[in-house]
Amino acid sequence: MDQTTNFVFAPFNWLGRFSIAFIGELGSVGIFFIHAFCLIFSLPLQVSKTIQQVFFIGAKSILIILLVGLFTGMVLGLQGYYTLVKFGSEGVLGAAVALSLIRELGPVMTAIMIIARAGSSMAAEIGIMRISEQIDALDTMDINPIRFLVSPRIAASLISFPLLTAIFDVIGIAGGYLTGVVLLGINAGVYFYRIEASVIMQDVSGGFVKSLVFGIIVSTICCYQGYFTHMRPGGFGARGVSLATTSAVVLSCVLVLIMDYVLTSFLL
Amino acid sequence: MTAPLVELKNVTKRFGEITVLDMVNLTIFEGDITTIIGKSGVGKSVLLKHIIGLLRPDEGKILFNGKQLKGMTRKERKSFKERISYMFQNNALFDSLTVFENIALPLREKTRLHEDAIRSRVLAQIDQMELSEVTYKYPSQISGGMQKRVALARALVTEPKIILFDEPTTGLDPLRKNAVLSMIVHYQKKIRFTAILVSHDIPDILFISNRVAIIDSGRIPFQGTPMELEQSENPVVQQFIKGQASLKDELTGLNTRRDIKKIFIQEMERVNRLHESFPVVMFTIDNLEQINEHIGYIAAQQIIQCLGMLIKEHFDTTGTSARYSQNDILMLLPHTGLKEAKQVLDELATDLQKQEIFQAKSYPKACFSFSILAGPAEARPGMDLDSLIKQALSHQKTIAHIECIKHGETT
Repeated sequence: MDQTTNFVFAPFNWLGRFSIAFIGELGSVGIFFIHAFCLIFSLPLQVSKTIQQVFFIGAKSILIILLVGLFTGMVLGLQGYYTLVKFGSEGVLGAAVALSLIRELGPVMTAIMIIARAGSSMAAEIGIMRISEQIDALDTMDINPIRFLVSPRIAASLISFPLLTAIFDVIGIAGGYLTGVVLLGINAGVYFYRIEASVIMQDVSGGFVKSLVFGIIVSTICCYQGYFTHMRPGGFGARGVSLATTSAVVLSCVLVLIMDYVLTSFLL
Repeated sequence: MTAPLVELKNVTKRFGEITVLDMVNLTIFEGDITTIIGKSGVGKSVLLKHIIGLLRPDEGKILFNGKQLKGMTRKERKSFKERISYMFQNNALFDSLTVFENIALPLREKTRLHEDAIRSRVLAQIDQMELSEVTYKYPSQISGGMQKRVALARALVTEPKIILFDEPTTGLDPLRKNAVLSMIVHYQKKIRFTAILVSHDIPDILFISNRVAIIDSGRIPFQGTPMELEQSENPVVQQFIKGQASLKDELTGLNTRRDIKKIFIQEMERVNRLHESFPVVMFTIDNLEQINEHIGYIAAQQIIQCLGMLIKEHFDTTGTSARYSQNDILMLLPHTGLKEAKQVLDELATDLQKQEIFQAKSYPKACFSFSILAGPAEARPGMDLDSLIKQALSHQKTIAHIECIKHGETT
């Protein structure tokens, strides 16, 4: 009888345990973010550290964003043209490319590229600092590790993400121009007229809000995973850092896509 | 008696099922060097992390000047944190910052000093620690001994009142180990901070400590002066000392103080029975501090090592010698006459003066004075070791010396 009861309740037990752990984790990530966010404004402001992080997260990512943005735009131009030409409406290619980039692909692709480039390194760097007791050393010097390590990264992400998204959008539209206008012969004036006519301020601000939210998600998750490397049950030392980095990347990507859906449904 | 600076009262800490600290009571007095000794993995570092506040006790309380850390106001806590510093077992240097930036970090982050003032203070600290060559190198580019010194410099740069050292000498060779210990003593005397050390380097650590506490099975079975430790009848202490103390002094290869005390008791039984006498000689390295300051800590330890080896070479067949304190070597010559002892002493003095390390020309740029003194005394029936040592010290004469006459010129 006991065994049958166990068998019946086992999935519920698991679900309960998982849900409690998930909600708990979500709560601690939330507190971690609020703590770090408030410390951005604590005096004296950490201007030079934030600029350094903007350089690392933002400036150093420009090349990859340009490359990915260009090819995304180009492929959108190609695919869009071959779909639209079936309905004889290839003239609206400019609007299709610009709207999908500004509303959707720009913020998401930018976030994913930054996760791969800067998010993983945030998790690894902070994780190594944790396992080599450098974070404890900061604590003993009465330097708040969250303020010192996490706040500048969150501030820098809030600055870099929208800017990089804007660059991605512009270069993507240029990519669409290359394939649509230069290669496939759509009229350049029509291409840009359609963009101007269809893109409204709400699209741009929606993309901007998305990029801000993604910036918060990526920097918080990556820093959180690195910061609590030592609490991870799976591994210690270098293995712990590798697990932290992996889960930082996977979790950030998944959360960015989930949040993208949620935000889109609110913004539409 | 002075009021304790730090007091641990019934502190208990558990990690899961394991109790690491079990009702620990420990008292630390201001200005002392207190050493916590114990086997590996008994919770020495955990104890230290409780004192600095990195870990919190499950039960019990930790008082600073009679106040609990969690009961302090924000201002009090800030001033407490400013007064305390910690040197980690594995140094915990910031590996993406240079040596200079590592040492400057606490000043840059916690003080409002101007960058020029920070720079001059950090460079002075770097100079004192003999790290000038590696100022702009990264921790991974320098040796383990240098990393220890960088960590020490970082702990000292804010001029704290309490410094906690977690195994500061682990992994170093005997020469560097003793150099780090004498560096700690040197700065402790200079800045007058309270030092709490965790170590298992017996007996080296006992030379520099004012108080010692043993931690075993999560408890502290003994705390007191090093002298009280040696005389303690507590079976746990006895067993611990026997198990942990190395048979020979690591630096000099001589016996330890504990060994020579035992040999002295045995020899005195014979002397008392047969109404004989035997000579003892006490060697002292005078002004070793000046070598520390002018030449370096390692050079100072090399001098002790060289003297120890020469003594061993000259007297090994006739006597037993031991490192009695940091700068003193005591020798018993049980089957020799005083005259013969003095003769060997003369030979030793000649030999010492031939050694490059004891010649002024080896230090062309420095100006300092130091000497090696030796004093014989005769152990007669009924005498105890302390009075004998006093007698030997009063008869000490210089057997080798370097003296600075004026800057840049030594004799």
